[in-house]
Amino acid sequence: MGVASRFILRRKGGKGWHWTDIVTWLWLVGGLIIMFGPAVWLVFSSFKTPAGLAEFPPSILPYVTQQATVQGYDKPLQLFEAKLPDGSTRVLAEVRRIGIMSQMVDPKTPGETIRVNINDRTPVRTLSFATENYTQPFVHFNFLRYLWNSVFVTVTATLITLIVNSMAAFALSKYEFRGRSVAMLIILATLMVPLSVIMVPLYSIISSLGLFNNLWGVILPTVATPTGVFILRQYMLTIPDELIDAARMDKASEWQIYWRIVLPLTAPALAVLAIFSVVWRWNDFLWPLIVLSRRELYTLQVGLSIYSGELNVQWHFILAMTVVTMIPVVLVFIFLQRFITTGIAGTGLK
Amino acid sequence: MGEIKLTDIKKSFGSVHVLKDIDLHIKDGEFIVFVGPSGCGKSTLLRTIAGLEKVTGGEIEIDGKRVNEVTAADRGLAMVFQSYALYPHMSVRQNLAFGLENSNMPKAEVAERITEAARMLEIEPYLERRPGQLSGGQRQRVAIGRAIVRRPTAFLLDEPLSNLDAELRVSTRAELAALHARIGSTMIYVTHDQVEAMTLAHRIVVMRAGKIEQVGTPLELYNTPANRFVAGFIGAPHMNFLSAEVVEQEAGKTTLLIGGSHRLLVPISGQKLSVGDKLTVGIRPQHITLANDPGSLTVKVRLVEALGSETVIHADLNGEKLLAVVPGQRQISPGDEAHFSVAGAPLHLFDGNGLRVKDK
Repeated sequence: MGVASRFILRRKGGKGWHWTDIVTWLWLVGGLIIMFGPAVWLVFSSFKTPAGLAEFPPSILPYVTQQATVQGYDKPLQLFEAKLPDGSTRVLAEVRRIGIMSQMVDPKTPGETIRVNINDRTPVRTLSFATENYTQPFVHFNFLRYLWNSVFVTVTATLITLIVNSMAAFALSKYEFRGRSVAMLIILATLMVPLSVIMVPLYSIISSLGLFNNLWGVILPTVATPTGVFILRQYMLTIPDELIDAARMDKASEWQIYWRIVLPLTAPALAVLAIFSVVWRWNDFLWPLIVLSRRELYTLQVGLSIYSGELNVQWHFILAMTVVTMIPVVLVFIFLQRFITTGIAGTGLK
Repeated sequence: MGEIKLTDIKKSFGSVHVLKDIDLHIKDGEFIVFVGPSGCGKSTLLRTIAGLEKVTGGEIEIDGKRVNEVTAADRGLAMVFQSYALYPHMSVRQNLAFGLENSNMPKAEVAERITEAARMLEIEPYLERRPGQLSGGQRQRVAIGRAIVRRPTAFLLDEPLSNLDAELRVSTRAELAALHARIGSTMIYVTHDQVEAMTLAHRIVVMRAGKIEQVGTPLELYNTPANRFVAGFIGAPHMNFLSAEVVEQEAGKTTLLIGGSHRLLVPISGQKLSVGDKLTVGIRPQHITLANDPGSLTVKVRLVEALGSETVIHADLNGEKLLAVVPGQRQISPGDEAHFSVAGAPLHLFDGNGLRVKDK
């Protein structure tokens, strides 16, 4: 505690509050709320019932109003804490509401009806986690199928991305040939072309290759990334040429130089690209939505979108499945963030 | 066998000619040192022999076979790089094994060769470590070990000692000489350090601006440098150069005027020389002695470096710099006048083009 509080409450100059301390605090706390708030809201809301989600004013934690089965009433009734005219407070069950008056019964003495102003009653609420938000989609929807599709697309696309991009980067960093810089420039220039521009031609290519409604149609167009080539090339430039000369003297073929010398030494940059690729592919929505039209081929992100129907949106399922969808990305970041920072610092890429 | 013959080697990078008409015949088992100032093309020459660079012209032969078109891997040579170029992600053992595995050698033989090389170089205790965990000297040994296990026709060493500290360099130099004596393979060694060249080489190849200036044993280069460049490059401190003029010529003897007024008699019957010729006289600092004789060279002392066993005197002779290394400790200080004697010193005469004036 002592160390932690000293660290957190450390101030400029050690004494008194300087205005920069206050600005720093506001900035950091504000940043925390902005960055972390939506995630916290998402996680807690994913445990709310549909009624809890529709509640106004909204609460952060998932509360439910307690219910009780009262003799003589078919449905369970909601419990309220009501302030009676004599000043006492009792837990009553609401039978019906008429205007601003509420007809209530005491669960212990169901015969007697008490009329209470709605402003004088507060619902009895308890913390309750609606775990069925998580379990139901597994039962009712093809969640596991979507999950498998997503995992397949992400893993395959990432592996191919790493191999294809590292090969291009190897050639562009370690071989001298005419037009090397031009090739690199053209690759980088494609960064300026957004997906929406090439969507239609890309679609017609995929469709004429017969990859429409095929997971490979999702995977293949994404595997060559200019960012990836750039990250890897910049990193490979830092590998000394003498190492490659040494390998050549050691009778290594060009493939062995790539596979056994350059690739292992590029591991930090490969890790960065792998993380990026996993996040990109996992979160892809638009392109899979275009290519895949059969339900059993949907990826998670596309699958999620079918929870929002035309007439009703099943927010509780959407939120819960969003949390599940986020988990791999969060895990990847938690465990590999070390590589991201060092790798990005190493390649000079922002 | 490790006989290497270079004929008329040319190498250009675009319009820059790095190597010009290199002719050299390296005999089997020879320790050859390429020496020269940085940028003289000595490393490029080594890389062309290795096959890492393609020649623009000329012919390279190894053991009588033309290898111009043979790749680096198939020339049967091994190279030790300046930065050692050890594979950082492999252990020392894997570093040594890499080249052997690539030539599909049976595992037992790989292991045997590694053990042998490790014992020879005393790197057995850290065979399982990564290069990053080794000191500079240890890495250097591993780099040499990687070459040894290949049992190459010839070793190519590109400034292998330049990354070591001074003390380690001296001891490693001696080990390298011992290693060569033991293995007996041809070694080609590139350095810019003439002391390394003098101590290691059977023959030294002095290069400048892509050309070979002189090839010879260390003492040949020291005693009879072919030109002013070689004379200045070999030997430490550098040779003194004084401008001289031929004033008299008799049979077998030439009298030169140096330092404005001093007459110097040299036993050269230069038929090419005639009275009035401008020459350069080279005198090694170690060959100058201090004299009391007023007939000797009178110089002004600018700086004295007392090294204990010897004293280095920087002096000025009529506007020309003169360096003398005299044994022992001397009572002499900057600003003094001193008398230098060159009587009996081997003198090197160079003509206007910097070429040695040959004694007949």
